[in-house]
Amino acid sequence: MEQARKGDWVQVRQTVLTPEGRAPQVPDDTKKTPLLLWVKGFAQSDGKIGDDITVETMTGRKVTGELCAIDPRYVHDFGDFVPEFLKVDVQLKKLMKGEVAR
Amino acid sequence: MTLDMSYEAVMGRKNEIMKKAIGIDYTGFESGGISFDYERMMKEAGYSLEEIQDIQGETGVGNTPLLEMKNITALARKYAPKGKGARIFVKDEAANPSGSFKARRAATAVYHAKKHGYKGVIAATSGNYGAAVASQAAMHGLECIIIQECYDSRMIGQPEILEKQRACEAYGAEVVQLTVGPELFYTFLCLLEETGYFNASLYTPFGIAGVETLGYEIAQQFRDRIGSDPDAVVVTNAGGGNLTGTARGLIKAKSEGTRIIGASVDLSGLHMASDHDFNRKSFTTGHTGFGIPFATWPDRADVPRNAARPLRYMDRYLLVKQGEVFYMTEALAVLEGLERGPAGNTSLTAAFVLAQEMDMDQTIVVQETEYTGAGKHPMPQISFAKQNGVEVLFGDPDSEVPGKNIVFPDDPGSIKLREFDLEKARRSYIRNSVAKCGVTGEVSAEDVSFLAAETKTDEGFVRSVLANL
Repeated sequence: MEQARKGDWVQVRQTVLTPEGRAPQVPDDTKKTPLLLWVKGFAQSDGKIGDDITVETMTGRKVTGELCAIDPRYVHDFGDFVPEFLKVDVQLKKLMKGEVAR
Repeated sequence: MTLDMSYEAVMGRKNEIMKKAIGIDYTGFESGGISFDYERMMKEAGYSLEEIQDIQGETGVGNTPLLEMKNITALARKYAPKGKGARIFVKDEAANPSGSFKARRAATAVYHAKKHGYKGVIAATSGNYGAAVASQAAMHGLECIIIQECYDSRMIGQPEILEKQRACEAYGAEVVQLTVGPELFYTFLCLLEETGYFNASLYTPFGIAGVETLGYEIAQQFRDRIGSDPDAVVVTNAGGGNLTGTARGLIKAKSEGTRIIGASVDLSGLHMASDHDFNRKSFTTGHTGFGIPFATWPDRADVPRNAARPLRYMDRYLLVKQGEVFYMTEALAVLEGLERGPAGNTSLTAAFVLAQEMDMDQTIVVQETEYTGAGKHPMPQISFAKQNGVEVLFGDPDSEVPGKNIVFPDDPGSIKLREFDLEKARRSYIRNSVAKCGVTGEVSAEDVSFLAAETKTDEGFVRSVLANL
């Protein structure tokens, strides 16, 4: 979905500081990048991804930024299967076979 | 009149914004030199242990179970010399409403905010504290904003931090997410000024006093169950509040013989403010990137005087490796039937080896666990590390290089402790105090005595360090 309607739950992005405006103590690799901010809220107008729109956040603040997601999903999960853990589990069970303390 | 919102202008208004947002006049505790009256600050700006027990009890925080790790103890004894292998216990702090001991800190902070008429609370944290503040704010009907350092410049975020965003939003909070950098503090100040909300800092006197109940409960539960005080309590150390509060609680319970041992994951070599390094660490807390700078200069926090002062209480500071902590997280699950988040198991890892040095009839408490789930679990942490080019292998944990590889011990017997030189930390703290407070002439007798208390040493030690500055 590329088009948000007024009232949709969306995420916007703002540039807080440009690379030139970064704090002096920031390491060089970070200094090459802007400080970006993301926040979610209810769209106050219709808009397309990439448009500047205003949202009303959960605490009632009005924030304007570039529309970057509509009904943003949580992308984290349990990751790919990690076979190394299985190896650890088998090793531990073997070490303690017949010796469980309870 | 419109306020100047430029970086310099907002940072220039820092003191004024902070004063309104915390409501504590810290100047009343200052001496004008290096020292300040720490105990009076804790007493006057905090709450008594009894008050905190009531405050936490109202929202179901605290009184978490103390569990004996019989199987992990049995495993440790396989590697211990004859007669060694202390009993390991775990304080299951994951049983708190928001899934970690941070509920104790948040309970007092949010209670205080409500009592003083604030409409909402703001906390700058990417960790469990965010979920704790959001949960408490929900219980007290206050608004809540959590600010996270979350993404690198490609908008790729640590799975653990993304999970914390989800948890905070589940509790009805607004989450403001930023890319890497210390300028998060600027955004934090802007939001405090815009909203007039309370600064639910991790480091206020009442935030730290909130953890005292944890130390106190450990002593009480031990006396009830074992009939003695624990010989050692191992605390995962980051900003120092967990260690400070727990130690103070043990002291309030008159458990003075208990040794307080800090443990952190060794992330040396990774720069905490680096866009490149940000996603190459597999621990977002409990690591040396917070533990060492905060121990050697606590007043770098978001309050004028940090109530978390770990060098006052720490008897020993141990470092473990990422791969070792993941290994012990598996051991906790498959040997003890407890699936808990990785960061809290830093102290469990240290305890596993420490037990092998201590006598069989001695006792160790691992004083926290934390919840686990999507993102906040060893599996997504390790698969994320692999995606970011970090190699995962088995071998000697000492060959682990943070950001390059994660080395799972090839056998539990190869998990080791690395001693962090506390004398070095104490010297560094004294040097920082003199430099940051701008002392040029002779250090006053009052300040020498303060520095001795701050470093758990004596005036002779302080004077010898000062003489060599």
